[in-house]
Amino acid sequence: MLDWKLDFTWEILPRLAAAAGNTMLAAGGGYLVAVVLGLVFALAQRTPSRPLTFVVRELVEFIRSTPLLLQIFFIYYVGPQFGLRLSPWAAGLIAIGLHYAAYLSEVYRGGIENVPKGQWEAAKAINLSTAKTYRRIVIPQALPPALAGMGNYLVGIFKDTPMLSVIGVAELMHAANSIGAENFRYLEPYTIVGLIFLAISLPTAWLIRRFEIALRRKMGLTR
Amino acid sequence: MPYFEFLETYSGRLLDGTLVTLGQFGLAVLVAVAAALVSGLLKMAHAKTLRALAVVYIELFRGTSLLVQLYWFYFVLPLFGFTMDKFTVGFLTVGLCYGAYGAELVRGAIQSVPRGQWEAALALNMSPSQRMRRIILPQALVAILPPWGNLMIEILKGTALVALISVADLMFEARQINNNTYLSAQVFGTALIIYYIFARFMVTPVMRWLERVMARKIGRA
Repeated sequence: MLDWKLDFTWEILPRLAAAAGNTMLAAGGGYLVAVVLGLVFALAQRTPSRPLTFVVRELVEFIRSTPLLLQIFFIYYVGPQFGLRLSPWAAGLIAIGLHYAAYLSEVYRGGIENVPKGQWEAAKAINLSTAKTYRRIVIPQALPPALAGMGNYLVGIFKDTPMLSVIGVAELMHAANSIGAENFRYLEPYTIVGLIFLAISLPTAWLIRRFEIALRRKMGLTR
Repeated sequence: MPYFEFLETYSGRLLDGTLVTLGQFGLAVLVAVAAALVSGLLKMAHAKTLRALAVVYIELFRGTSLLVQLYWFYFVLPLFGFTMDKFTVGFLTVGLCYGAYGAELVRGAIQSVPRGQWEAALALNMSPSQRMRRIILPQALVAILPPWGNLMIEILKGTALVALISVADLMFEARQINNNTYLSAQVFGTALIIYYIFARFMVTPVMRWLERVMARKIGRA
């Protein structure tokens, strides 16, 4: 029935560890794109321009309700049709960054809307420009409560990186697939990949929870 | 090829794929509801072993990716002597994965039912199972529906991954058509729009309607 081969495990472990590095790189890179683009999405929905708000709102809604896998394929394959060839890494980071930017923009929006109206009025009263109001008054207050939500999406993005294997990004799933195909053994590579994911995402999620509790206490929000 | 001609040629296959996606979605939702309810309740059980069981299930599925789970269930589970066809592996894995996320929602919703309701049921001499069934769960249901609506969209999006174990769903058909024609913008664009219509104009309105019906049923409309 089941025979776990230890020597095979040792043999493939370095390769999987290297691929795990790529997975983290993809997660980190995608997250960076998402953090910046998400802020753009969130701020664009707060401009006085009605059409812009509407378009960005619908775009965020669209991105959030369609599968990431399909978006990855779309971005990777549609470019060449119009003469724009993207490498798997570029297409993957754009796709995953765009997808999570839509989610993060909601986190930011929640954070910004939580800042009391009086803060805006006070900023206006002391004659701060809009940019300055955001930078010095609103964002410093909106960020701490948003941090926990942002952390959860970091774990989310990490767990979605295996989808990048379909366009050939050499991350964990991709390595496990090729190891499996080369050796006709799937037990060890897939199980190890699962364990690596557990070993990274569970402690991270735990840290984020602790951080959230500490933050709530610091802000005087304990219940 | 003009878009209209493209639709004429390939709409049949995209429709077939959409029906498979629908089937995967419906069955995955059933699995997720059952798994979330059972594990959510077990997590609040008095017996430590039952609680541990629920925690292991929830953390295992929430700690790894859906794609890893799909491949594991499809390629590794048969080595333990469980062989299922790919369609079953698909909706079962998607359902179990999102059921783990749903379990936390179930627990939160049950705990959100006011203390007084539990005490009143006790005062009326209801048995624990009666209290759960007739007093707590109906009220928890109303509280859980809004976040569950988001989870339904996640489940729908999750079903796209079953294409990677060659279940012939919408994602799978779109990829096949793309491989044959290289009409990527048309085929992936159309598939995106189908998923969007499904999520925005079918799943979300049904959930909103359910929210209203349930709220009315317990007199909170």
